[in-house]
Amino acid sequence: MPYSDQILEHYNNPRNVGSFDAKGENVGTGLVGAPECGDVMRLQILVNPATGVIEDAKFKTFGCGSAIASSSLATEWLKGKTLDQAMDIKNTEIVEELALPPVKVHCSVLAEDAIKAAVKNFQEKQEARQPAEAAVAG
Amino acid sequence: MLKLPIYMDNNSTTRTDPRVVEAMLPYFTEQYGNAASRSHPFGWAAEKAVDDARDQIGKLIGATGKEIIFTSGATESTNLALKGVAAMYKKKGNHIVTQVTEHKATLDTAKRLERDGVQVTYLPVDKFGRVSADQVRDALTDKTILVSIMMANNEIGTVQPVADIGKVCKERGVLFHTDAVQAVGKLPIDVQAMGIDLLSLSGHKMYGPKGIGGLYVRKKDPRVRLEPIIDGGGHERGMRSGTLPVPLIVGLGKAAELCRSEMADEIKRTYALRERLRSRIMDNLPESYLNGHPTERLPGNANISFAYVEGEGLMMGIKDVAVSSGSACTSASLEPSYVLRALGVGDELAHSSIRFGLGRFNTEEEVDFVSDLVVREVTRLREMSPLYEMAQAGVDLKSIQWAGH
Repeated sequence: MPYSDQILEHYNNPRNVGSFDAKGENVGTGLVGAPECGDVMRLQILVNPATGVIEDAKFKTFGCGSAIASSSLATEWLKGKTLDQAMDIKNTEIVEELALPPVKVHCSVLAEDAIKAAVKNFQEKQEARQPAEAAVAG
Repeated sequence: MLKLPIYMDNNSTTRTDPRVVEAMLPYFTEQYGNAASRSHPFGWAAEKAVDDARDQIGKLIGATGKEIIFTSGATESTNLALKGVAAMYKKKGNHIVTQVTEHKATLDTAKRLERDGVQVTYLPVDKFGRVSADQVRDALTDKTILVSIMMANNEIGTVQPVADIGKVCKERGVLFHTDAVQAVGKLPIDVQAMGIDLLSLSGHKMYGPKGIGGLYVRKKDPRVRLEPIIDGGGHERGMRSGTLPVPLIVGLGKAAELCRSEMADEIKRTYALRERLRSRIMDNLPESYLNGHPTERLPGNANISFAYVEGEGLMMGIKDVAVSSGSACTSASLEPSYVLRALGVGDELAHSSIRFGLGRFNTEEEVDFVSDLVVREVTRLREMSPLYEMAQAGVDLKSIQWAGH
């Protein structure tokens, strides 16, 4: 199966490989997929709590070249976006940008899931903190 | 000077040896007769060439030339062996014994026969991919007409105890077929000593042309009879009609002769290359595992799983090297290799497997290049793998509730 230049470029020079401390209060972590399915993506966002803007993003992926490229691209797109904008990223945009073949569409779905999981994780952390802050204020 | 890409997928197919091509050429343009034409020199020359090829193939496996039936390839040979026996011996019984890591040519044929009322026992294998003669003996019933166990596995290279199984079959008067596609020309074979009644072989796995294969059909003690699956002019003792592809047959014959005359050296050489590759990779990469049997395996096969790295992802990193993976991503299905699963290799490690198939035309220089590249790419991909990071941090990956998709 021939791969697009875009996939190869991200595979050979992946952007934003790495990790943030998952316990960090401004970090949202999305871990999706399963080893026995051959794909695991971990996508993390670092959010400015005052503005709600994603300031940085990192990933690590176990998977095929298309899965690695999809997550690499996702981290690029996330930087500078608000959480709402991040939630609007569609897997079909990833398919288009990377020219993923039909058998690799699931990689883009996984990337979209990872974005949503990371945002949700950040939001849950914020909500969990609010009652505590309220108690201090009271 | 190293030439890219490097071919290390010799369990899939092999390059046709140039000496084989040379032997074939006159039979396209000069000796183009039909081997069945009995009335003119063109036919006689073709018939002689075919008979010579039969003898060359027979010699390679300890059979006579007359016992070789030509087919389009080993898939057809195996179909003919199983379906032909099931139909011919149906009054005697309706039970076949095989095992779970057979090639699909055997498994899917067996499944079709099951739909037609044949009972099939699929023996499990041990963690190295082997069945034992005792397992076969225990599976035999008074209705068993055929045992079909491959000689060597195409994915993991494990060699089965064929001679022991042949002995059990002889004791019980049950016919024994072996799919020897991966073994013919690579390992010494003697159908007499091994008690084999039917044997499938393929030209393109042994440096011969594609589109030609053979089925050894024992002629005495016992004389094996088969119901044909292709009817027509009654060629090949009525077992396989169709005009013989003389150039391909000449090529298969020549390939067999070369394998026979060079086998001792070739086994040593391929084994040395395989061990060089395997040790250079595995000594430098912790948590890499050899799939299949450590010693009872094809000389040229190394199937290795690299924990925390997905096989197809790795293949992209070594794209100048032609290999295969047991990863689901390389096939149309989403399941990883059924062969690795049958061994009890976990799905994660099955996804992480790469099959290296070394052969006649590989060099030490290629082995060194490939092993260095694999070590470098696996290391790079592990740095990119969340599973590797978690494992390094002491997280038990099995304790995590994965969200499968």
